[in-house]
Amino acid sequence: MAHIEFKAVSVAFPIFNAGSRSLKNKVLSISTGGKLGLDAKGVAEIRALDDINFFFKNGERVGLIGHNGSGKSTLLRALSGVYTPQRGSILIEGKTTSLIDISLGINPEFTGRENILIRGSLLGLTRDQIRERTDEIIDFTELGEFIDMPLRTYSSGMQLRLAFAISTTIEPEILLMDEWLSVGDENFKGKAEERMQHLADKSNILVIASHSAEQILKVCSRVLWLEHGNIKMDGDPKAVCGAYFG
Amino acid sequence: MREKFTQTLLQDILINRQNLSLAYILGTQDIKQRYKRSSLGAMWLTINMSVMIGAMGLVFGRIFNTPLHDFFPYLAAGIILWGFISTVLSEGCMTFIDSEAMIKQLPLPYFTFILRLLWRNLLILSHNIVILPFILWAVGRNFHIEALLVVPGLIILLINLMWMALILATLCARYRDMPQIIQSIIQVTFYLTPVMWMRQTLTGDAGKLMIESNPLYHLIDIVRAPLLGELPSSLSYTVTTLMAAIGWMVAIQFYRQYKHKIAYWV
Repeated sequence: MAHIEFKAVSVAFPIFNAGSRSLKNKVLSISTGGKLGLDAKGVAEIRALDDINFFFKNGERVGLIGHNGSGKSTLLRALSGVYTPQRGSILIEGKTTSLIDISLGINPEFTGRENILIRGSLLGLTRDQIRERTDEIIDFTELGEFIDMPLRTYSSGMQLRLAFAISTTIEPEILLMDEWLSVGDENFKGKAEERMQHLADKSNILVIASHSAEQILKVCSRVLWLEHGNIKMDGDPKAVCGAYFG
Repeated sequence: MREKFTQTLLQDILINRQNLSLAYILGTQDIKQRYKRSSLGAMWLTINMSVMIGAMGLVFGRIFNTPLHDFFPYLAAGIILWGFISTVLSEGCMTFIDSEAMIKQLPLPYFTFILRLLWRNLLILSHNIVILPFILWAVGRNFHIEALLVVPGLIILLINLMWMALILATLCARYRDMPQIIQSIIQVTFYLTPVMWMRQTLTGDAGKLMIESNPLYHLIDIVRAPLLGELPSSLSYTVTTLMAAIGWMVAIQFYRQYKHKIAYWV
């Protein structure tokens, strides 16, 4: 059983670069992105998440919507445990797997087979688990002999297929995604969709950021609308999507 | 707060075998990738190092007027170890910065990246160290029983490099001028440390003080001396062991304080 609880969580990025001086002179709220402000020491910062509260219970399928810079990606990363919030507390029960970038760790100089090992390890699989799944992955990608060739010889579509096949072989308790994954040509798409759906069904909690109302309505049981790092609306997909996209 | 967010460094290190195996896979991959399309592969490490040691040995042996019988093995062991230490320290600066993509997506213990760095450089060291027996043989010398002391020496060296790399990686993620500063310091230290020149060439109390107050001299000597059939001084063992103990205490405190900020800095 998995669950996630955010209590008054704030995440802010310090900006150390030159120019923070002039930023200090005009602390302002802008139409896109998080809020600019100063931290306690006077360093300029972008408040990407501001006082976020929610509880995701087991079985929930949560969609995140909002404009670019509204805090969706930061929230996904906070959920994956990458960012420790400056204020508030995060409680995550269950193992999270992040499929924000399915190509992370994929190396073009190595063969498909070697990349399965590398990418698989990054996803937290043991060598034995990877060995067990290798044949199934190769089978799914339809790469055939290409699996023992360096990835740089693949077409970009083939590379994506491999990254997709490895990344979706996991058994996540909490699955985090930035947009629904879909790869391949017409033939492959159906197969990939089915696999993706299966993965989503298997996971105890799914959190997905998306700009597609159709996708959100299809998958999610709850939607959070983020704006300037705050939750503007939280509730039934139809109601929230209606307000946001409408 | 969940355990994940309150982990101390020790928990990070001891966390599980999986992260060790990840460090192993990534470190090995780093080396493989470097030589992926070359026919001699990682042998180039050995070849490059041999060429450099050969040339330096002949030139500096002449300049310092030292018999090659003593100088050649000394230089070879010194250069190889210096290469190892200095690369770990300078690459240590870039460890978190270069791992940005992974740090921002996976909640891996940051120490995994330090282990990857060390493993990668140990692989390079192992390719380079094979030169030494040939050089000893060429000048008519042999390994002695003292060579067994290489093992504890190397362990003490690694323990020291770990805390140094961890602190450097964290500092450099925050202050992006640090890598350049460290680079300069390493370069200067190379000339101050007896690697290309022998201890004996620097006479007098001032010379002795300069050498013995240099922690890198002691770190090198606990591995180099056994390789050359000599016993490292007890001073070297004392200094390096103390460094390891104090360094780790500082690193643990330092890491506890800043680990949560690293993801924001890179």
